[in-house]
Amino acid sequence: MAQLPTLSVRLLRMAAALVLSLLFTLLYATLAAKNRYAERILIPMLDVLQSVPILGYLSITVAGFVALFPGSLWGVQMAVIFAVFTSQAWNMTFSLYQSLKTVPRDLSEAAATYQLPAWQRFWRLELPFAMPGLVWNAMMSVSGGWFFVVAAEAITVGGHQVMVPGVGSYIALAIQERNLGAIGWAILTMLLVILLYDALLFRPVIAWADKFKFDTASAEPAPESRVLDFLQRTRLLRRAAVVPSLLWQLSLRFSTRPAPPQGKAEGNLNRGLELAFNLLLGLLVAAVIGAVWFIVPRDFGWTEVGHVVLLGLATAARVFVLVILASLVWVPVGIWIGLRPKLARRVQPLAQFLAAFPANLLFPLVVVFIVHFHLNVNVWTSPLMILGSQWYILFNVIGGAAALPGELKEASRNLGLRGWLRFRRLLLPGVFQSYVTGALTASGGAWNASIVAEVVSWGSHTLVATGLGAYIAQATAAGDMHKVALGTGVMALFVIALNRFVWHRLYRFAETHWRLD
Amino acid sequence: MNAPTQTSEILRLRNVQKTFKTPDGEDLKIIDGVDLSLREGEILVMLGRSGSGKSTLLRIMSGLVEQSAGEVSYRGEPVRGPVPGLSMVFQSFALFPWLTVLENVELGLEARGVSKAERRRRALAAIDLIGLDGFESAYPRELSGGMRQRVGFARALVVDPDVLFMDEAFSALDVLTAENLRTDLLDLWAEGSTSLRGILLVSHNIEEAVLMADRIVIFASNPGRVAAEIPVRLPQPRNRQAPEFRRLVEQIYAIMTRRQDAQTGRRAEGVAYRMPSASINRLAGLIEAIDMETKDGGDRYVSLPELADDMQLSVDDLFPLVEALEILDLAAVREGLIALSYAGLRYADGDTQTRKQIFARQLLKHVPLAAHIRSVLDERPNHRAPAGRFLNELEDSLSESESDRVLESVINWARYAEIFAYDDDAEVLSLEDPGVVEAGTV
Repeated sequence: MAQLPTLSVRLLRMAAALVLSLLFTLLYATLAAKNRYAERILIPMLDVLQSVPILGYLSITVAGFVALFPGSLWGVQMAVIFAVFTSQAWNMTFSLYQSLKTVPRDLSEAAATYQLPAWQRFWRLELPFAMPGLVWNAMMSVSGGWFFVVAAEAITVGGHQVMVPGVGSYIALAIQERNLGAIGWAILTMLLVILLYDALLFRPVIAWADKFKFDTASAEPAPESRVLDFLQRTRLLRRAAVVPSLLWQLSLRFSTRPAPPQGKAEGNLNRGLELAFNLLLGLLVAAVIGAVWFIVPRDFGWTEVGHVVLLGLATAARVFVLVILASLVWVPVGIWIGLRPKLARRVQPLAQFLAAFPANLLFPLVVVFIVHFHLNVNVWTSPLMILGSQWYILFNVIGGAAALPGELKEASRNLGLRGWLRFRRLLLPGVFQSYVTGALTASGGAWNASIVAEVVSWGSHTLVATGLGAYIAQATAAGDMHKVALGTGVMALFVIALNRFVWHRLYRFAETHWRLD
Repeated sequence: MNAPTQTSEILRLRNVQKTFKTPDGEDLKIIDGVDLSLREGEILVMLGRSGSGKSTLLRIMSGLVEQSAGEVSYRGEPVRGPVPGLSMVFQSFALFPWLTVLENVELGLEARGVSKAERRRRALAAIDLIGLDGFESAYPRELSGGMRQRVGFARALVVDPDVLFMDEAFSALDVLTAENLRTDLLDLWAEGSTSLRGILLVSHNIEEAVLMADRIVIFASNPGRVAAEIPVRLPQPRNRQAPEFRRLVEQIYAIMTRRQDAQTGRRAEGVAYRMPSASINRLAGLIEAIDMETKDGGDRYVSLPELADDMQLSVDDLFPLVEALEILDLAAVREGLIALSYAGLRYADGDTQTRKQIFARQLLKHVPLAAHIRSVLDERPNHRAPAGRFLNELEDSLSESESDRVLESVINWARYAEIFAYDDDAEVLSLEDPGVVEAGTV
């Protein structure tokens, strides 16, 4: 009975987070793209923010928000919204920033020729151009966001559990009471919510954003949505469309000053200002490093830091092995599916759906399994980390294999390529770029999931694996914010280092050497 | 033509058919009853417009695609799957972007289990033969289109094939590069420095066919079938300007624009007629060009090959336009010659509004689908109808993609003629802004 209101509350939370993310994206990305000084601070900062595990600082933000709204659930509500916001905002912002930086030159020049004011330029040229990428990224982030909603709804801070009404808290209760049936219901509800969400929001918006696609000649069929078709045919909606159009007309009255020509502003750079800015930036970076250098050993001592780094290595090894294992399974399967267009069209959405499904709902089932068969905790809790994010590998590989040019496949048959040679020379290099994209996402997801996957419980049983995720989770439960900060910081460093030295390099290699044009 | 003896035939096709299943589960025939052979020592060119199934036929002959009915045999043996003696060169080059030139060329040998040293030796010889020396370690992306296709040729020739298949191998190249590559290939063929016993080229370029072929097989569309076979007995190298060459080109134009019942003009029969895709601007441009030639030359009929030459149009560009003009009764075609009709002449002389009116009249009169849509919209009280309704009607006799194409083409014409409007977001046809033409005047 109480399901329905909680469902709507949850959808409202998602919506609020999405609106916040959009506002943040519009401001942050525009500032970074338009102002070269801001760009040099904001973009590296975004890169770092993107690598910080969300569940790591969740407890800190919960504590902060609870302190802001003492004695009411509002603080926790805010914290959940904030967690979802942080899971969405970063890559939306990156997407918009990149689009803004790559607006086609002739369109940009046309806007300058007709002296469009900055306001119009943004709404008529830049945002529409960025729309398909932005929408796609927003949708992917919202999909990923379910995981964090579930985790954030039932978080333990400082020894007492903070419960927000929702599936997450419902599951947490079911775990305490060892109620398998309740967990089944929760999984079913979640499936339904994601399906509804997909049909009512995801598909219509993607189909709508397709009209902003810049290349007019595309071989791929345009995305379709029955809901969108229905909406576009109703008169009510067409009448409703008058409101934004009026607002737009009104807004034009306040913006008549043409935007300064883009090229000129860059030519007039003030050398002194440039130097001062660089100096200031250098000082700031030095100050941050210095502060960390002095504060960290004083608060923890180097032995603790070393211990945390070792734990990080353990988790890194686990993530590494898991990504390899998942690749060994899903790359061949993905290729096999991708080469069969009919099958690929069916499986692709299924894999995306599975990626959206919050895998933490399934954790209790695995724990029951481990407890029942007395299995090794360090080994058997590991698969939980990749349970949700392995699908990114699958659907990216399917996409890559499906996009292999037909003539290349024919050429390989004509040349008589078979078996391992065909796999090595055609299929593997052909899907490599998509695979790296998928594996990067999967690995990032696994790091995040380690915080909830290395400590799992079922009733009175609590299984703890050795790793950085467990360290953060236990520090969170104990309410030791210092340790949480240390663990989260170290994990962020690990993620940044791995991205820099492994994934981005692989990606660049694929892009330059194995790209299909 | 005398039937050649069995031994001199490399490839033989007997009554080959190919059908595809439409989404509704109906069979759509794209190749119908083709008999064809490739003889020892000849260059055979399969010439036809896009949609004539010639590329599919090439793939059937090389064992990449299976025929639905009929027999394909290579040196007396039925073809089942790719045959080692048949090498293919592709329109898009189909090079492996992650392999160097040398590795690309070696690939076919690698598949045959040739030892590494032997592979290297033969690949270098092929690279040398095709004029790619110095590019061995380059990746395909570093090469120009012409150089990439040379890699394609080297890769095909290195396995010492019996027959070389070329699927529009020169059509992705610019004019000069294509000419250069064709000449080099003909030289190799004449020298006999390769293992090749026959060459099969699929093309939609008439001049290219006459330039290279010993024999040309012309294909007709919908479904694809052999329309004519022409031996070319001109000595190599051939001169494009020679009178015999020009005569042959004109003869082929005449065959390719001819229909079975040449007595009446071309008509769109029924609502589900396969309307050619032709943009308004190109149609208008063609009408103006014909009008200009008529006024300059004094002759009412203009030669299509000359027109194509002057306007730099390939057959695939020109023929849909010509067909559209015929259907709309704006022009008439006879034996490779085209002339404007009375309506066409008035169109050429008219201003923008007059042109629209003439076009609207011709469209409603000669294109049943346009007239049908208009009458449905007239009858409905709100003057609106979903596009899906007409698509369903078309899909009774056309494939899904073909229905989309035909409807889109008619919608474009109708928008220009202002006989009905279309809202692409809602996919609804309507009489909003119907413009100058009243429904009652036609």
